[in-house]
Amino acid sequence: MSLSEGPEQPRIGVDEWVASAEERRARSPLARAQDAIERVPAAVKLVALVVPFAVFPLFVDSAYLMQVGIDTLVFVLLALGLNVAVGWVGLLDLGYVAFFGIGAYLYAAVASEYAGRYWDAAIAIPVIAVAVAVSGFLVGLPSRRLVGDYLAIVTLFFLQLWLVVLINASWSRGPNGISDIYPLQFFGRQVTSLDGYFYVALIAFVVIISFLYLLNQSRTGRAWRALREDELAAELMTMPVSRLKLMGFAVGAGIAGVAGAIYAPVQGAVFPANFDLVLLITLYAMVVLGGAGSLVGVTVGAVLINGLLEALNDADNASWIFYGVVAIALIALLRPWWQPIAVLGSTVVFGFAVHEIAEQARPSLVGGATFGDSRIDRLVDSWVLLPQNILTGDGLPTGWLGRLAYIALVASVLGLTLVRSHLWRLVGLVPVLYLAACVWANLLVSQPAVARFVLIGGMLVGLMAYRPEGLFGKQRVEIV
Amino acid sequence: MAEERAPLLEVRGLSLAFGGVRCLDGLDLTVWEGEVVSVIGPNGAGKTTLFNVITGVYPPEAGEILFEGKSVLGLDPHQIARRGIARTFQTLRLFLNMTVKENVMAAAYGHTRAGVVRSVLRTPGMRREEREIEQLAEERLAFFGDRLVGYRWRQPAYSLSYANRRRLEIARATAAKPRLLLLDEPAAGMNPVETHEMTELIGRLREEGGYTILVIEHDMHVVEGISDRVVALDHGIKIAEGTFGEVATDPRVVEAYLGTSAAERK
Repeated sequence: MSLSEGPEQPRIGVDEWVASAEERRARSPLARAQDAIERVPAAVKLVALVVPFAVFPLFVDSAYLMQVGIDTLVFVLLALGLNVAVGWVGLLDLGYVAFFGIGAYLYAAVASEYAGRYWDAAIAIPVIAVAVAVSGFLVGLPSRRLVGDYLAIVTLFFLQLWLVVLINASWSRGPNGISDIYPLQFFGRQVTSLDGYFYVALIAFVVIISFLYLLNQSRTGRAWRALREDELAAELMTMPVSRLKLMGFAVGAGIAGVAGAIYAPVQGAVFPANFDLVLLITLYAMVVLGGAGSLVGVTVGAVLINGLLEALNDADNASWIFYGVVAIALIALLRPWWQPIAVLGSTVVFGFAVHEIAEQARPSLVGGATFGDSRIDRLVDSWVLLPQNILTGDGLPTGWLGRLAYIALVASVLGLTLVRSHLWRLVGLVPVLYLAACVWANLLVSQPAVARFVLIGGMLVGLMAYRPEGLFGKQRVEIV
Repeated sequence: MAEERAPLLEVRGLSLAFGGVRCLDGLDLTVWEGEVVSVIGPNGAGKTTLFNVITGVYPPEAGEILFEGKSVLGLDPHQIARRGIARTFQTLRLFLNMTVKENVMAAAYGHTRAGVVRSVLRTPGMRREEREIEQLAEERLAFFGDRLVGYRWRQPAYSLSYANRRRLEIARATAAKPRLLLLDEPAAGMNPVETHEMTELIGRLREEGGYTILVIEHDMHVVEGISDRVVALDHGIKIAEGTFGEVATDPRVVEAYLGTSAAERK
């Protein structure tokens, strides 16, 4: 009787109890919010996604930010295309970036001084979309029966093959790339301004996300989801699994082709180095962070990651983001409310104590200054160890503390995961946070190019641990 | 046996071995239109392998499979399913993260047409088709009384209880509009009440749905209740065939289940 929830409630485990699992889940506020978002009509969601983009150029008058906006839209297009293979069909496609490259080089082949042709974009973009979709179909052809790891290896091989060909072939001008690409021209009118390119990319976004939404709400989308759930069952329920996979490959590739055809004229040049593994990993991070399978999620994921990567290029922003993320993570993960405050307070007190002891022992340990100079960097100056950034006569090289602290940080985070008791975890968090601040102020803040990937990587690891389905993804249940 | 009708399914000399293990060995089996035929046999007798070969999951090493008089050998499983053979699975294989209704609608893929272009343009034909398969799904789910209707339509399949999952698998198989339904242990893991219900349900599937049914079942009460004919397998060989009474008392069947000495004592 102790297991039952009352006379009217069904006993745990019986049919009715299992059947009401969804209702119990729906009682949590997070699940309710998610359900509410799901009930919003698709057209409203589309408007909500497009409006912030549409007004973006009105508030921005720096060429740099407009360029970031265009890049972000290109990333969104790429992430949407990748989502077809990864999120819907469930294929681990590691060759995806090659289709982006094919699209960009195809545009260079139909509209550049080098090619001696200048096609109107109204013809070029659809033709490139279809051509790249066909290339996706052809790549999928030998690998369509492959699943999981094997497919990943084959597609990765294809990407490498594409890069090697690009770098060594004469038609692609090797690593020098093709650099005299004509701007987009629609019906004889050239797109000349960054604003113009932004709106071209935005129109492409609206067309493609609508296309994908409608496709997902059809028998094809249903079949994709079904075969991702259970390939054999889908095949035995009349769905031609191989052909559906090829279709998924082709649709995703076609979208990457469109992204390439917009990217090439924006840049005015294409190089093999534009289409490498770093881009692939970034795209995967966008899809995974936003929530594979969700169009809204993938769009938000792409905007977030690209926005963060740009913001983190600047040391001041980076410091704010770093300390902010740490504080938000503590507040989100520690309950009740006084625990994060206690941990943060203890960290600062601990820091002052260490600072004081170090100053007494060897003044050069605290004689330096952090590279960052935002207000938040000034705040940590007084309690984080900052050795003088010159050889101190001890024979220790510049930045030694940061590197040492980095190793200690990784080791202590791993150690902290082994601690079972909650109280000891809280206690352990204090030196770990202090080490993190030392690493940031001494090492990472001066190297934004590295720091941004370390920070985004850390945030992704944290998010995946607590929300593996991504921000907007739907939690999947796997019962064997 | 009504000899003037053509057999719906005819299996001749079917053989398949995995390594040295002969799963099917020269098996013959005929299923007539409108029949309910049970396949019984001890574990490892080759029953599920027989289903897998009929539905095209494994190609046989020898033998012939005729459905409606035409060979289905060499066809892909989805093509065989489109010809009119649908099945359920012993180990449930639902599309767990799709809704109950979507599970059934997905199986209508084979008899719907709308391609990418029509789907994206939402042509009137595509919309009509969508409405039709939605209706079809609701109708198929209503077959099980009020267990899978109403709010359950929008629930994910993983939220269903075990018995309801078995029911949903049957609903999904019927949405493929088959003539022959292969049920792999439909009553496995069910309690006595649910098992009894399943027995009635298989009868209704034939009477109301008009399906011909080939069923693997271990529960002898179910087998007795539903079967026109029973086929007993052991080591991939047909050891007995006939009415339930004939097969249940066949010494070779008793031997297969209980061993030689038990058969001799009998």
